[in-house]
Amino acid sequence: MSSTSRPLAYVHSRTAVLRNENIDTDRIIPARFLTTTERTGLGKHCFEDWRYAADGSDDPAFPLNQPQARGCSILVAGRNFGCGSSREHAPWALLDYGIRAVISSEIADIFRGNALKNGLVAIVISEAEHRWLLDNPGVELRIDIAEGTIRLPDGGVVRFDLDAFSRHCLLNGVDQLGFLLQQQADIAAYEQRTEEAA
Amino acid sequence: MTPRTLFDKLWDAHQVKAETESTPGVLYIDLHMVHEVTSPQAFDELRARGLKVRRPDRTLATLDHSTPTLPPDADGKRPYYTQEAEAQVARLEANVREFGIDLMGWDSPQRGIVHVAGPEVGATQPGMTIVCGDSHTATHGAFGALAFGIGTTEVGHVLATQCLLQRKPKSFAIHVDGALQPGVTAKDLILHIIGTIGIGGGTGHVLEYTGEAIRAMSMEERMTVCNMSIEAGARAGLIAPDDTTFAWLEGRERVPKGAAWERAVAHWRTLPTDEGATYDREVRIDASSIQPSVTYGTHPGMVVPIHAPVPAAADAVEQRALDYMKVTAGKPIAGEAVDVVFIGSCTNGRLSDLRAAAGILRGRRVAGGVRMLVVPGSEQVRRDAEREGLHEIFRAAGAEWREPGCSMCIAMNGDLAQPGQLVVATSNRNFEGRQGKGARTVLASPLVAAASAVAGRVTDPREYMNQEAAA
Ligand code: SF4
Repeated sequence: MSSTSRPLAYVHSRTAVLRNENIDTDRIIPARFLTTTERTGLGKHCFEDWRYAADGSDDPAFPLNQPQARGCSILVAGRNFGCGSSREHAPWALLDYGIRAVISSEIADIFRGNALKNGLVAIVISEAEHRWLLDNPGVELRIDIAEGTIRLPDGGVVRFDLDAFSRHCLLNGVDQLGFLLQQQADIAAYEQRTEEAA
Repeated sequence: MTPRTLFDKLWDAHQVKAETESTPGVLYIDLHMVHEVTSPQAFDELRARGLKVRRPDRTLATLDHSTPTLPPDADGKRPYYTQEAEAQVARLEANVREFGIDLMGWDSPQRGIVHVAGPEVGATQPGMTIVCGDSHTATHGAFGALAFGIGTTEVGHVLATQCLLQRKPKSFAIHVDGALQPGVTAKDLILHIIGTIGIGGGTGHVLEYTGEAIRAMSMEERMTVCNMSIEAGARAGLIAPDDTTFAWLEGRERVPKGAAWERAVAHWRTLPTDEGATYDREVRIDASSIQPSVTYGTHPGMVVPIHAPVPAAADAVEQRALDYMKVTAGKPIAGEAVDVVFIGSCTNGRLSDLRAAAGILRGRRVAGGVRMLVVPGSEQVRRDAEREGLHEIFRAAGAEWREPGCSMCIAMNGDLAQPGQLVVATSNRNFEGRQGKGARTVLASPLVAAASAVAGRVTDPREYMNQEAAA
């Protein structure tokens, strides 16, 4: 499977909420599942140590197992989501689980970059707006990537920043490796310049 | 010219193309380290597009995460935890052959944890940009290199183009004044820093550690500090290169030799932050006030001096962390009963760490019922330790002396703790389940870990060190 994602303009869904702060990458996908050599198939292990009861059945206490959270593709999570390791298995697992967008007041750098490269929209909003979303699970949101807005059911609008390039890549399904490969002449010139100087 | 920070200089020197409003910059990468866990999908991408590795000579691979730390059996078969783990290692072996990359593999005397082995062979040098599909790549920043972790898609980018698309992060200086007290280590300092600025405190920033206490540190101690920059949310941590750096590097296999070495050192001396340069953020830490420190919760920012009471939970999430750890607010971590002690990892699996632990264990025994694993960070560390007889000290004390690898730091090779067990670990993450489902991790220095193994309880190492001084 190629890492190029399909163009994505909107995410439209009810929200599922995980209030916990600092949800780390080991929570999202425990290390024992990292021996895979594929990008797909990790969804069944997403939040593995959180979502299953001892007998392997779904633990009803886990918020994403609750009926109203089923099928939601927008996850609202506590501050500092995705901290920890650089494993891209974390966004792969979330995508395979059905999540297309994550919203928080703070998202760890490496996770955010990995997510956006895979078409998982990682959105940072203000603390006050974040708190409202945490306190109101299950609201219907429409994320508009071109506009950089989240539309609430009452017509309210929350704005978010997305750097222009990430936005462009999401909207057009741009292949970033393809973009870098077009810079080969400049890369070769850089190598010549610096390696001669050394 | 405007004064620049070390970070500014590293960044400027690696711009193939500067960033604009609409596109990130193209940043050149001098060294790309690769391991078995985060690379297979990237090599697949190259194959799918018919691409080659642009600079195999700037790429260096090792085996460390999925690898067993028990020796092969009589038939030479290694005791992999799962077939998938074995297949993942075989995949990297096949990929490096196909793409012509050097591998410090099973047959290499240099194999080790990527952030231990890279510096040891001299691949890590001041002034470089270094990346790896691993968040503890910041370790290499101890040499004055801009080093950070990347995801697998970016591993593919670097393999194919030797470049990354990047926007410049902000800079954050951490000045550490004064001197650390005896029994207080680089690990205690970095735990204290993370506790001070918080686990999201460095998000969006590159840290530069400066000041008297940092200048006084050995390279191994500096690596311990930079290693955990990611635990404060920062992608990279830097320490300016100096004579300590050059002395450590000189003569290593991959560093320049002769006149080229002299030229390199002259260049490296220009890297430290200029007088008058400014950072986006700064904090000051007083090294002399730091005590041996331990974590009490489920992230590395939940840290206290070993004798200080565990703080009351601020909210339900923190309370859940205390419940998971089975610790009580108001009581110190010192005295908690210990089941497992793990000495190793890219944070504290180097020779000086093993020496520190052995210093406490010499002539003593690991307490009954406590399992202790000592896992050198690399083959080189193993050889050096065995030459000094450290393995004999560990074995005589009742500890297991293992083969090099990540081992119980990430617990994906079968080295793991059982549910509910308390592990005092010299590694870097105490997330729920990191060392095995339900395992409770207390992060600590090698001195604290060794003292806790002997006492069977979380213990201040100075209790043993003072006895020695008195004897
Ligand atoms: S020792 Fe731990 S932190 Fe270091 S590279 Fe291995 S798994 Fe990662």
